[in-house]
Amino acid sequence: MKFEYHVEGGDFLNAGNASGNIKKVLKKLNVDTGVLKRVVVALYEAEVNIVAHAYRGTITADISPQKIEIVLDDEGPGIPDIGLAMQQGYSTASTKVREMGFGAGMGLPNIKANVDDMKIETEVGKGTKLTLSFNLG
Amino acid sequence: MKISEIVKLLDAKIVCGEEFADREIERAFASDLMSDVLTTPFDNGILITGLANPQSIRTADMMDVSVILLARRKKATEEMISLAKENDAVIIECPLSVFHISGILFEHGLKPVY
Repeated sequence: MKFEYHVEGGDFLNAGNASGNIKKVLKKLNVDTGVLKRVVVALYEAEVNIVAHAYRGTITADISPQKIEIVLDDEGPGIPDIGLAMQQGYSTASTKVREMGFGAGMGLPNIKANVDDMKIETEVGKGTKLTLSFNLG
Repeated sequence: MKISEIVKLLDAKIVCGEEFADREIERAFASDLMSDVLTTPFDNGILITGLANPQSIRTADMMDVSVILLARRKKATEEMISLAKENDAVIIECPLSVFHISGILFEHGLKPVY
């Protein structure tokens, strides 16, 4: 089962729409509540990252009985130093992002804490592709 | 503690989800930083916040928290109310500060998350 959502950079009003929709789908599919919570938290953090840092992006969720794989592919500035971005407390977020209750440098570390596997591919000046995997059963 | 009791204790006002006023709440977490809320599981809890924008409603939903208490005279926007309706969530507006609200609710038996 595959779902695709478009995310617009800077659109804080709709930030979380995709995550909210995927949450509803997973609930209907009776996905284990522990896994569901991890998926939703990691996905929402990652969706907010696109809104906060990129120009636009797509979220693709692929759900099978064995696993859930979510790919967040954005066109944006990319991440110059992944090690630094993974450090808790490090953030390049704007004032606008902070006003929304984010930008404390906790996003990527919290995503990593909630996934079974995470892959970051990034190119400065082009964008970032984040692949999140969760095992089922 | 019932939502209706919380509202009475704080002299607050339910602006969305009045029909859920009988729901029982066990614990509360107070934060303006949604990143912190997203690292704190508190199902069946109440989020006390001064952040009056759709992200507080959205973040609460992600954490399965269905009561959002806006402190410091903050008002719920139309977008917040429509999002809360979609999620069967309750929004409460309260003129008191986060510290004051927390003190009253703690004194009356609402538990902290940690």
